[in-house]
Amino acid sequence: MLVILFNAFNGLIQGAFYALMAVGLSLILGLNGVINFAHGGFMAMAAYFAYTLVPYVGFWGALIIAPIMAGGVGYVVEQLIVRRLYLRDPLYSLLATFGLALIIQDLLRTIWGAQGVPLAIPDFLNQPLSQVYFFLTGYRLFVVALAIISTTGLFAVLRFTRLGIRIRAGNSDLETIAAVGVNIYLLRSANFVLGIMFAGLAGILAAGQIGLTPTMGDQLIMPSFVAIVVGGVGSLLGSLVGGLIIGVASGVTAAVYPAATEVIIYVIMGIMLVARPRGLFGQEGLLE
Amino acid sequence: MSLLTLQNVSRRFGAVTALNNISLSVEPGELRAVIGPNGAGKTTLFNLITGFFPPSDGSIIFDGEPITAVNPAVLVKKGIIRTFQITEIFLDLTVYENIRVAVEVAMGISLRPWVSAAMRAKVNARVEELMEIVKISHKANKVAGEMSHGDQRVVEVGIALSRHPKLLMLDEPTAGMGDEETNHMTGLIRSLNKEQKITMLFIEHDMSIVFGVADRITVLDNGTMLAEGNAREIADNPRVQAAYLGQAA
Amino acid sequence: MNTETSTIPRESAVPTKSALQQRLPMAILGIALLTVPFWLPLLGGYTDLASRVLIFALAAMGLNLLLGFTGGLSFGHAAYFGLGSYGTGLMLANYTHSTVLAILVGTLIGGAAATLLGPIAVRRRGIYFSMITIAIGQMFYFIAVRWNSFTGGEDGLTGFSRQPINFPGYTLDLHSSQFYYLVLVCFSGGAWLLWTILNSPLGHLFVAIRENQKRLTFLGIRVELYIAISFAISGFVVALAGSLDSLLDNFTSPDNLRYTLSGNLLIICVLGGMRNFWGPLIGAFIFVLVQDYISSITQNWMTVIGLIFVLSVIFFPLGVMGFFRKRSRT
Repeated sequence: MLVILFNAFNGLIQGAFYALMAVGLSLILGLNGVINFAHGGFMAMAAYFAYTLVPYVGFWGALIIAPIMAGGVGYVVEQLIVRRLYLRDPLYSLLATFGLALIIQDLLRTIWGAQGVPLAIPDFLNQPLSQVYFFLTGYRLFVVALAIISTTGLFAVLRFTRLGIRIRAGNSDLETIAAVGVNIYLLRSANFVLGIMFAGLAGILAAGQIGLTPTMGDQLIMPSFVAIVVGGVGSLLGSLVGGLIIGVASGVTAAVYPAATEVIIYVIMGIMLVARPRGLFGQEGLLE
Repeated sequence: MSLLTLQNVSRRFGAVTALNNISLSVEPGELRAVIGPNGAGKTTLFNLITGFFPPSDGSIIFDGEPITAVNPAVLVKKGIIRTFQITEIFLDLTVYENIRVAVEVAMGISLRPWVSAAMRAKVNARVEELMEIVKISHKANKVAGEMSHGDQRVVEVGIALSRHPKLLMLDEPTAGMGDEETNHMTGLIRSLNKEQKITMLFIEHDMSIVFGVADRITVLDNGTMLAEGNAREIADNPRVQAAYLGQAA
Repeated sequence: MNTETSTIPRESAVPTKSALQQRLPMAILGIALLTVPFWLPLLGGYTDLASRVLIFALAAMGLNLLLGFTGGLSFGHAAYFGLGSYGTGLMLANYTHSTVLAILVGTLIGGAAATLLGPIAVRRRGIYFSMITIAIGQMFYFIAVRWNSFTGGEDGLTGFSRQPINFPGYTLDLHSSQFYYLVLVCFSGGAWLLWTILNSPLGHLFVAIRENQKRLTFLGIRVELYIAISFAISGFVVALAGSLDSLLDNFTSPDNLRYTLSGNLLIICVLGGMRNFWGPLIGAFIFVLVQDYISSITQNWMTVIGLIFVLSVIFFPLGVMGFFRKRSRT
């Protein structure tokens, strides 16, 4: 029983990473209409920024500054590349961000090396909180807590701020909000940066747990896609819940039948597509 | 026997009554126009006949069979073919290719990955025949998306004809056209009816266009049938003048 | 038949030209491909490189049936390529000495997977369709990585090699040049199949789906069925290419199942021109050669490939063939 619980909790942590990634992807997918293949790259980039920053500003400083830096890079990329592709077939933005993912990964490897490095986290977070439930370290609770706080924060922003309300309105009808005078290019830039910052946060948290490699994003981006499909395209809540579900499912499977650890999430997706094609919280016909 | 009969048909959307107690019949070979101001219920009438949604009350009979609430795909096979207010064609294909796809669909051979030369010739002959009928053969190799709006509408009529319609329904075939294009289209509508003997029902909101073309005219206003008759009768009808012409002038 | 109607195109899915204009490039292409083992070494190339170009061209042409001609953006076709590779490799490693049988089985496995999974993906359209194809594709990657005992796991599958093909009185040893000709035969067969389909009513319907699904629905067509058929055919062709790829190196690895390969196949289509039948061949030629050359001169070849993606998408979206076709039209 303890083993199952241990794995379920591990899965929940993993699911929190998926969820943070998926929420960022989902934001960008919704308003920018782009499947951001470079999301994993931005995630790893933020983690490396944090790795470099920790000696100067400490873990907490890095946790705040690194996602902002990644967001800055995201802004430049959006201005130079992604923005040119909004009016074109989704194929082009998909391929452009795919190319970006290759470039980012290669640059990370060139600058920081292909070998994995650890991200130092504050000592007090590393202590187990319980003798029996040894897997409940402070850091793990911290990851879950931060994932909840940041997504709740995002929902609050989307609900109550002018930017958020515009993003949500733009999700359902971009033409109309353009017609009422909202600068949709600026809105999309802001939204893209916001999505990248979420990737960055996921990157730093994941690095504290599993260490950094240039390819760390690769391992997380596919489950994040699945999380979006399971949760329903167009629904941020769906992405969050989808991420947690597949995280836990894959964690539990790792205990019961390790060989199916990854495959289980695709099985869940397959069942979902057959039983309820629009996903848990998806709207019918969105982005089709 | 009438080809199409509507008996006391009504359609409500929630509290709004889009069509109220409409009865009309279209005889074989007839060219019928449906006119009325915006919001009169013309397109709703089309959507009911073509099975996009069922009537709230009343019944519809086509070719001796009840078709109330039969789905659109079945109605297409029974021979009720329509076009839409927004032109739906294959923009990146040539005129010839547009009509060829439709002909192959109509012949039921679209699943074949290979066809005999004889079948190919048969398809070709039919495509050419249709292009002749709608008078667009001289533009056969033009890419549809690069043609004028009027020509695109003509191509769409050609696509509709491929299915051997018993009843061809055109939703505002001249909308957004200039004078010359409008004349071409009305000429085409006449010739389809008189030479090809196709029974037709078309929506138009410009009354002056239908007078020279239609055999009979049905006038809708605010979801009710205001009048029905030939051009003379309609023009002289005081209710039509009051509700429609007066408003237009 | 009068002269006026004789200008009407009879067959082709591409703009019609005179017989000479249409056949001359084909003849030149044919001769060039047939004589590769003789002239390529003179230019400093090696025959296996030409085989690789044709294999990727075949895969991209197969994908392009769905992408360029039916309008379905699948980012998961590596799955069918990889299944073809593993099917063939595992057959030769465990069950048979017949190269031909191994190719057939590999192609059937990959094609069957596409036939079964296509209908799930086509339940959705647009970006959603793409995401589902990505995810379905990755599933096979993880199966290959995890099923160590059978697939060789992350290290890939070794322990097989292409076997000589015995004809009565003659044996093809399938060394480099002869293998090239085997690939050429498969490529030609695949290209012929795709060409035939594109010029059939089925192919006409595929293109019509790309252009306007709504119109077809109103003509009484079940669009999903046809997208699934296109998906399946394209899966079979891609699987054949994957099967040949495993024979080229006598090796296959999970990389053949990975989404990176799907991305490469897509950029090959875009580079060459995805609205053109031969576009993917041109694209494969450029991509495989550049990749081969760049990876031999710099560690940072990924950056170069990534830049090719980004720059070609922004500045060259119509690809080589699209570029020339557009020029000749204006």
